[in-house]
Amino acid sequence: MSKEWPLWEVFIRGQHGMSHRHVGSLHAADAEMALKNARDVYTRRNEGVSMWVVESSNITASAPSDKGPLYEPSNSKIYRHPTFFDIPDEVGAM
Amino acid sequence: MEVTDALQQFATRMGDNTLILGHRVSEWCGHAPVLEEDIALANTALDLIGQTQFWLGLAAEIQDEGKSADDIAFLRDVWDFRNLLLLELPNDDFGRTLMRQFLFDAWQSIHLPRLALSSDPRVAAIAEKASKEVAYHVERSADTVVGLGDGSAESHKRMQAALDYLWPYVGEIFDTDEVDDVLSEAGIVTHPSSLKGEYYALIERVLTKATLSIPEDPFAHKGGRSGFRHTEHLGHILVEMQWLQRAYPGSKW
Amino acid sequence: MYAQMVKSTGNLKTRDEMSPEEAHFQDRIDAGEKIEPKDWMPEGYRKTLIRQIGQHAHSEIVGQLPEGNWITRAPTLERKAILLAKVQDEAGHGLYLYCAAETLGVSRDELTEDLLSGRMKYSSIFNYPTLNWADIGAVGWLVDGAAIMNQVPLQRTSFGPYSRAMIRICKEESFHQRQGYDIMMKMAQGSEAQKRMAQDALNRVWYPALMMFGPSDKDSVHSGQSMAWKIKINTNDELRQKFVDQTVPQAEFLGLTVPDENLKWNEEKGGYDFSEPDWNEFFEVVRGNGPCNTDRINARIKAWEDGAWVRDGLMAHAQKKSSQVAAE
Repeated sequence: MSKEWPLWEVFIRGQHGMSHRHVGSLHAADAEMALKNARDVYTRRNEGVSMWVVESSNITASAPSDKGPLYEPSNSKIYRHPTFFDIPDEVGAM
Repeated sequence: MEVTDALQQFATRMGDNTLILGHRVSEWCGHAPVLEEDIALANTALDLIGQTQFWLGLAAEIQDEGKSADDIAFLRDVWDFRNLLLLELPNDDFGRTLMRQFLFDAWQSIHLPRLALSSDPRVAAIAEKASKEVAYHVERSADTVVGLGDGSAESHKRMQAALDYLWPYVGEIFDTDEVDDVLSEAGIVTHPSSLKGEYYALIERVLTKATLSIPEDPFAHKGGRSGFRHTEHLGHILVEMQWLQRAYPGSKW
Repeated sequence: MYAQMVKSTGNLKTRDEMSPEEAHFQDRIDAGEKIEPKDWMPEGYRKTLIRQIGQHAHSEIVGQLPEGNWITRAPTLERKAILLAKVQDEAGHGLYLYCAAETLGVSRDELTEDLLSGRMKYSSIFNYPTLNWADIGAVGWLVDGAAIMNQVPLQRTSFGPYSRAMIRICKEESFHQRQGYDIMMKMAQGSEAQKRMAQDALNRVWYPALMMFGPSDKDSVHSGQSMAWKIKINTNDELRQKFVDQTVPQAEFLGLTVPDENLKWNEEKGGYDFSEPDWNEFFEVVRGNGPCNTDRINARIKAWEDGAWVRDGLMAHAQKKSSQVAAE
């Protein structure tokens, strides 16, 4: 038997209050080992306070060709951005 | 025996253990079975070298002859070393290396949290820091021993062979002497013999989970902790480790 | 460089020769956009990147060996820890790079097999021996120094995963060159024997370090396409010149002599004139005839073969566990 260890994606919360961020990948036989390997590989310089690992094959990704349909519609909804509204300076911070 | 002499002996034993094991583990750098393990083993070795600097630094401080941790590490001969024989044995295969690591990590994981309560603040501070590192080491080495023991037929066979080979060297952990008596009476250390039951329970639990059989022969090799009789292997470690310091004495590196 | 003489697949095409997809792809690169693994890409781009990232990763892994050679002989506990941390970083960098290559549809095991069978190369520099403690200084100072020259611009490379790996690597490597120079300073200011070690190391490492940038631009036929794709950012000669200009004053500060009688400041070009390394030697090393080629590859083969039962055993355990969970 010579099956390669599966690939895992590693997400680390760098500081309290921040989101987990993708930092890279690694190989491990199972989830527990992936977590330990993530600790050894990706936190050699005090980078994290919390880690997630997920087997790469479990990630569902959008296709690049969907980029238009997925994201462009929101471009036209400019009223979602605060700068869309003109508020006179006299009103103060808002 | 004076408490200070006993404490110097004790710090030397602790530092020699981590120095010699750190040396052995560092031999794997660049040669491990998979990159993730290579990196993890280096982390363990780095922690051990760090612990060595503290323990041998304390030994040097108590000795009070103006020596440094480096002087102690690099300028003593075999008979002055006080590490467990277990730790100077050659690495052999990855299985034996990890089995040895587990057997020592298990001891450290029980011993160091007790030392963190020491009445001597220097001992307590070093143990406090080291016990956090060791809590991770033992988790990792125990998982690997279980994974390989309860893995394929070949990995099981190799782990059993590793355990059989190393077992006669485990008992030395509890080969106590006056140093332990004096220091435990002074509240500086917990006497190792009082931790024996806890230690064997821990390793039995892990080794059982790893589907491995603990050898029945209780015989234990001795002589490292006391310095009376090391194995032939230690001399070769020192030849390598101390070569630059010996060949070019007094140099700044 | 860590990736030397990477053959790029496909000749540089003119705009007229490109298909609409290729033209669109080139526009994206020209606009500074990053190409991500699932994006359309020319087959040549993918193949060239696999070769380059793979070679770069192999160099990190084989590069552990010459420095690892001194871990158990480091002269102080602190030097031992620093060196071990540095060599460990190289394993980490190899790991990041293999992962970047894997996004292109090749597995780490496949790349490893290609290294061990000799189908893929690693940097020529790691086929030279480390013979005295100052070599560890010289490797950090010169070899990492040369590598940084190339890796810093590669942070801007067009392929997203490669660029991100390089950003992480550059951040971590910032201490590597400095620790090497720090060793050289101690040696150069030390005893007569230490000075001799330092000079001896410089004498042996200088030309192999210059070779790291690859053959002269006039003999390097493959770089046009790679530069258009932003897989290669600077030419070999540009980087080599920059390296020499930066390194010579550092050698002078140490009081060491660069082993090149023709080395001379050229006011007109604003850089040093220097001797080319022996390119015949370089091509012999690449062919497998360097002083350490056989030992290096044998060490990697041994690690791989001796480790097979460990990888298989842990995988077997993971499978047992997951089938137990499934049965419950």
